[in-house]
Amino acid sequence: MKRIKLETILDHTVLIIGSLIMILPIVMLLQMASTPDIETIKNGPGLVFGDQIPVNFEKAMFQADGFSGANTGVRMLYNSMILGFGFAFGKIIVGMMAAYAIVYFRLPFATMAFWIIFTTLLLPLEVRILPSYEIVQKLGMLNTYQGLIIPLIASATATFFFRQFFRSVPEELVEAARIDGAGPIKFFIDILVPLSRTMIAAMFIIMFVYGWNQYLWPTMITTEEDMFTLVRGIKQITQSIDNTNVPEYGRANLLAIIAILPPVLIVIFFQSWFVKGLTESDK
Amino acid sequence: MAQVTLDNVRKVYPNGFEAVKPASYNIADGEFVVLVGPSGCGKSTMLRMIAGLEDISDGALKIGDRQVNKVDPADRDIAMVFQNYALYPHMTVRKNIGYGLKNRKIDKSTIEAKVQEAATMLNLTEYLDRKPSQLSGGQRQRVAMGRAIVRDPSLFLFDEPLSNLDAKLRNQMRIEIKALQRRLGVTSIYVTHDQIEAMTMADRIIVMNGGIIEQIGTPAEVYHSPASTFVASFMGAPPMNLLEGRVDGGMIRVGDTVVGNTTLAVTGPVTVGIRPEDLEPSVGGQLRIDVSIIEELGAHRLVHGHIAGQALTMQIGKDTAIGDGPIPVAIKNNAVSLFDHQTGNRL
Ligand SMILES: Nc1ncnc2c1ncn2[C@@H]1O[C@H](COP(=O)(O)OP(=O)(O)OP(=O)(O)O)[C@@H](O)[C@H]1O
Ligand SMILES: [Mg+2]
Repeated sequence: MKRIKLETILDHTVLIIGSLIMILPIVMLLQMASTPDIETIKNGPGLVFGDQIPVNFEKAMFQADGFSGANTGVRMLYNSMILGFGFAFGKIIVGMMAAYAIVYFRLPFATMAFWIIFTTLLLPLEVRILPSYEIVQKLGMLNTYQGLIIPLIASATATFFFRQFFRSVPEELVEAARIDGAGPIKFFIDILVPLSRTMIAAMFIIMFVYGWNQYLWPTMITTEEDMFTLVRGIKQITQSIDNTNVPEYGRANLLAIIAILPPVLIVIFFQSWFVKGLTESDK
Repeated sequence: MAQVTLDNVRKVYPNGFEAVKPASYNIADGEFVVLVGPSGCGKSTMLRMIAGLEDISDGALKIGDRQVNKVDPADRDIAMVFQNYALYPHMTVRKNIGYGLKNRKIDKSTIEAKVQEAATMLNLTEYLDRKPSQLSGGQRQRVAMGRAIVRDPSLFLFDEPLSNLDAKLRNQMRIEIKALQRRLGVTSIYVTHDQIEAMTMADRIIVMNGGIIEQIGTPAEVYHSPASTFVASFMGAPPMNLLEGRVDGGMIRVGDTVVGNTTLAVTGPVTVGIRPEDLEPSVGGQLRIDVSIIEELGAHRLVHGHIAGQALTMQIGKDTAIGDGPIPVAIKNNAVSLFDHQTGNRL
């Protein structure tokens, strides 16, 4: 019989307890989403699962609760997707290009430019939200996807990570490509982008989730209901608790579950890439 | 195919360091030239200036009849093989080899044919669909060669291409590269710090030291008539013995021993150079060497000893018996080189 080490048991206990703690809120969400709202109000979160999921799903996805009837779950999901993907792609593209310029071209003040970009890490959105809002408003981009995405598209984090990565690419590779007749654009597309794919995957995860979870910024930039995002929409439903007789806990919770799913899927999807990139030693 | 001409080519790095002092030489069409020298002597800098990877600070560089000082590397009609292979890790062997051609907008079927041809020449056909990470060091080096060959360049440049391989593979690849160059007849410049590679592969050797070209010559010239004490001690393992001596009336002396005579019009202190294999134990030998250590190397033996208080090495056959203590040693004919006592230049 194989002896199980005490250490292994300990490790697993810690991990199991950890995952339980992480999973519990989600189980609670599920439970409340499946229970009629009246019972949730009477008893609070319980242990018994109900049969309300299809009903709540219907309400969450297709029922709007604004004046225009435009902020259905489907619409908000769509908006969030655009925000998430727009953020991720935009930040990756801008970050990579900035890092490319800094690392590979003898720009005057390249190092200084990099450190200036880097210090913006110390200035999160919240610090500069008023001027940012003003600019978006003056450009007439309120209630547009461009207004949601473009002002936040420059990313010091992505620039920093890509810079570090590019610097680790061997100089000889750059020179071989030069001799092979790859100009700056070809080198970027043919060599640097494929080499960076694990980095891109990692950035994609981070940036997608970051964009998806944005709350403050979309709240300020979008006032029209057909531009609402999921994260913001959930709040909206719980706010309308005042007006209705019974607060729609089930619907809100179900929407919360739906809001969790895409980031989770993204992580699962890119994780395999990520691990592959780490184990397959290319360089 | 092309000849290469350097006219006072010089390199000063932005920090003010002069890595290559003005150098002028000519490489004939189809010639295999090896640049050799100790680490940091400017070999790579020289090669990279010829490749166009490093700007030329002064002077003129011609490949063929064209001055290429300001020409982009891709347009110099050269191919380069790097020390660390510099293969594109995400591309298959086929794509690696064909990438340069693809960038020249050559049509697909021609590329495929050329890649096949190069792969056949290099025994790489079965690896065409692998990634570089799935190849051994020697195979990677071959892919790098393939990438150079398919471009039909007029000049091959190699920067220490074998230094990452183990000794056995290095010997094998050395022969392969040389044979390939012979077959293709492409002018080649090969950088190495390994003097055996230099001796075995070169048509002509350029020995560099501290940014200066010390000597240019065939392997035999460089070996038998080194232009300076630096070349004498750098080329050859074990290196040439360099002894303090003097010349009086045509007689070369080390200490009190006469080691030969010279027709050169010199008198006074000189540096006397004798190759270890030009010494042999002999009953009638004019030298008395005080033997201290004998190194067994299989095919031959190295005898370390002293003459007139100066260290000396002698190489003898594996069957030559030798005792400890002072023994008589003879010098082969014409085996003594004389160098200026101060400058180290050959007299
Ligand atoms: N970018 C640079 N700026 C300043 N000095 C440099 C630069 N590159 C190289 N050098 C210096 O120039 C000299 C020659 O360098 P080089 O790389 O040509 O040497 P090498 O002969 O190829 O040596 P090795 O056998 O170690 O490769 C060295 O002293 C090095 O320190
Ligand atoms: Mg070098």
